[in-house]
Amino acid sequence: MTSRILATALSEFRIAFRNRWVAIATGMMVLFALVLAAAGAAPTGDVGVDRLSVTVASLTSLAVYLVPLLALLMSFDAVAGEVERGTLPLLLTYPVSRLEILIGKLAAHLAILGLAACLGYGAAALVAVWADPAAIKGLGALWRLIWSSVLLGATFLGAGYALSALSRRPSGAAGLAIALWLAAVVLYDLALLALIVSDGGGAFTTGALPVALLANPADAFRVFNLSAAEAVAAAGGIGGAAGAIPLWQSAASLFLWPLAALALAVAAFRKVTP
Amino acid sequence: MTPTLTISRLTKRFGAVEALKAVSLALEPGKRAALLGHNGAGKSTMMKIVLGLIPFDSGEVSVCGLRPGSPAARVEVAYLPENVAFHPALTGEEQLRYYLALRGESPRQAMDLLARVGLAHAARRRIGTYSKGMRQRVGLAQTLIGKPRLLVLDEPTSGLDPVSRRDFYDLLDGLAAEGTAILLSSHVLTEVEARTDSILILSGGVLVAEGTLADLRARAALPVAFSVRPAPGHAPVLAAAFPEAALGEDGVLRLSCAQKDKLPLLARIASHGAAVADIDVIPPSLEDIYSHFSRRDGQ
Ligand SMILES: Nc1ncnc2c1ncn2[C@@H]1O[C@H](COP(=O)(O)OP(=O)(O)OP(=O)(O)O)[C@@H](O)[C@H]1O
Ligand SMILES: [Mg+2]
Repeated sequence: MTSRILATALSEFRIAFRNRWVAIATGMMVLFALVLAAAGAAPTGDVGVDRLSVTVASLTSLAVYLVPLLALLMSFDAVAGEVERGTLPLLLTYPVSRLEILIGKLAAHLAILGLAACLGYGAAALVAVWADPAAIKGLGALWRLIWSSVLLGATFLGAGYALSALSRRPSGAAGLAIALWLAAVVLYDLALLALIVSDGGGAFTTGALPVALLANPADAFRVFNLSAAEAVAAAGGIGGAAGAIPLWQSAASLFLWPLAALALAVAAFRKVTP
Repeated sequence: MTPTLTISRLTKRFGAVEALKAVSLALEPGKRAALLGHNGAGKSTMMKIVLGLIPFDSGEVSVCGLRPGSPAARVEVAYLPENVAFHPALTGEEQLRYYLALRGESPRQAMDLLARVGLAHAARRRIGTYSKGMRQRVGLAQTLIGKPRLLVLDEPTSGLDPVSRRDFYDLLDGLAAEGTAILLSSHVLTEVEARTDSILILSGGVLVAEGTLADLRARAALPVAFSVRPAPGHAPVLAAAFPEAALGEDGVLRLSCAQKDKLPLLARIASHGAAVADIDVIPPSLEDIYSHFSRRDGQ
């Protein structure tokens, strides 16, 4: 089983590398992270936190948008592309299960996301530490950001595979992927904000909001990193509500979502008849 | 001997289209069977069912005693789809290494397999740069992985040049000799005639004929054609002697008779001695036999 998953992952990594996905993902991450780091490098006055932790807080806001986008872009073709190219029937006659195929693809795409996150965040961290050697204290926050980004990526990769299997055509899958990104990362938060404003600190803000934040993997990611860094107060907005959510809950959401997304993807993939 | 592949009363519908109607057959180890039939006869559909790629409506299919498409059955079966495709960004060698790993074989065999189908020189080029025939050979190479007990090949020689076709059938002979059962579809009757053990003809989803070519030839009992060239000046005499014959514009008499009347007719023609300049006996062609069965209730 593991050898088949490894072989699939290796093959997928090669394909992604040749399709320039490694370059695109790391390039975007490094570029945006450096821009943020440069902005954060300006003297901020003493807020009692090291510079790296400040950088990590702004990287978190970046990752909430960028990681799901990269994950969906890498994954929407996974099943639909095989259907369109006509490579799926032959692959499915091999003694490899659909779960193994998806885990193999996931491993390859996660490796690329992980690499991009390490290089991008690492570059920003280097800038922060170079400007202020004491910022080395924030390394823990950086490490947390890296692995939680990988988990966030896994969720959206799984969702991308599910959409890919459901639509069976790459163009349709691409449309669905963009729609999911808009809905989960942009519109969801806008809707929550509107509700908070109209609610004015009432029952919704105290009762339903934490649940709503945990139910969305992108928000859970943001809440987890902000509350872990105790940067909640500085974050404001939706982040402000993060204080009410225990760390273990946002962590649980971060860990459970990838499993749910993968289960969804396998269920959708099982329905595909080549 | 227990058959490697058994199909009984297999029926498959796509909406209103009945792609397969109560098809039954058995394929024993070491036998090469050719599946013939018009476009849309149901050949590819039957193969996909044998591989477990698509479900069927009724009937029974057993591959090496296993359910088609089950993990254990997939270990025993190798497939070459029609219009085989690969990811264009991988090289032939990388693609085969991947398939080898999926079957639990050493990826180091990749070069050897590519050499067996004459692709060693292009092994390190991306498949996107391959010609159609080269892609087809990659497809053939992957069917040679491991020791499959059943090979299912959908139009395996399409896109291959004549020499490669011969080499391909040589490869099959070797595999069949080791006990692999082979089910292949083809539209090229001549190669099928010489290089397979039995022929299955599907027509409109019905298995209309099954057997060796000699069986089918006898069963069809198609008429034998004669063309008789009269010696100069003797055409009217011969035409009068054979009123059933048609006299062509080229001055050649054409007539036909049932198999069993062949020798008497030959004797009658020979009795005209010098009036006959030349005679050709034309047995029913493969195409004639094929269309006799295929058209019966097909097109
Ligand atoms: N997925 C499908 N949906 C609907 N109809 C289908 C599907 N696949 C095959 N058919 C129909 O089933 C019939 C048999 O098709 P099949 O592909 O098996 O033919 P074939 O014998 O392989 O033909 P060819 O020689 O052209 O390859 C055709 O009428 C075809 O239109
Ligand atoms: Mg076909």
